[in-house]
Amino acid sequence: MAIGLAHYLTVAAILFTLGIFGIFLNRKNVIIMLMSIELMLLAVSINLVAFSVFLDNLVGQAFAMFVLTVAAAEAAIGLAILVVYFRNRGTIAVEDINMMKG
Amino acid sequence: MIVQAIMFYIFAGLAVASGVLVVSSRNPVHSVLFLIGAFFNAAGLFVLIGAEFLAMILVVVYVGAVAVLFLFVVMMLDIDFAELRGGFVRYLPIGALVGFILLGELVLVIGSWAIAPGMPMRVAVAAAGGVPLSNTRALGDILYTRYLFAFQAAGLILLVAMIGAIVLTLRHRADVRRQSIPAQLARTRAQTVEVVKVPVGSGSR
Repeated sequence: MAIGLAHYLTVAAILFTLGIFGIFLNRKNVIIMLMSIELMLLAVSINLVAFSVFLDNLVGQAFAMFVLTVAAAEAAIGLAILVVYFRNRGTIAVEDINMMKG
Repeated sequence: MIVQAIMFYIFAGLAVASGVLVVSSRNPVHSVLFLIGAFFNAAGLFVLIGAEFLAMILVVVYVGAVAVLFLFVVMMLDIDFAELRGGFVRYLPIGALVGFILLGELVLVIGSWAIAPGMPMRVAVAAAGGVPLSNTRALGDILYTRYLFAFQAAGLILLVAMIGAIVLTLRHRADVRRQSIPAQLARTRAQTVEVVKVPVGSGSR
């Protein structure tokens, strides 16, 4: 049985759903939420690369690289915000982050 | 062909299993380690499909930088993670509902898509002589020509992220004594050295 585009898309869809699921499941832990976002970005990259290879069009891989760049920047900034928040408040529970609610 | 299929199922199964464990693991350190596992298996999928350069970038950037960054932060922050896990069961039904709806939609999309006719195929896959390029070279060919500005913008994003992370986490603590090189250099001999005339036989104070 040959492995086609649909196989890769299915894997990516499952990983993306797991990312969404993780955000809902770990409503109190920001670190796991950031990890879930990374998982979703990975799924998007898999989609881009799979389409790129099966359509013989390298642009998808170029954009997968840009997705990777943005994911790295997002992780760095997110974790920096997390560290600053923990330093100021002593907790990272998401429900306590409501100072800007007014 | 059959080896490729077997490898695909191994990599895909391990990636999905790692993903499940990332979101359901009790200990965040284990979550990060399973995230690394998911990245490695995704890199395996990329190699299998013929995108070697992205596979290596995935290992270097995600495993080498992002996952280690996560590991640092998880271990550095002194948090009671057991307390943060409360509400896991409470949010399980709504999470499962949203997840399954999304998965169903994605499966429907995958089942019914079609490539638009007349879409430009085969961008930069062959060199001038008709020789197929390596994946890395072909990627570089389009990245440094057609997507040069996007590439520069990506570099700019990384620069902004780096400066932002430093600005956010750098702090000057008032209670720490630091070396001040200008103050040291500005001192004169008159401020620091006192010449005392000591009488013979009496010592200096």
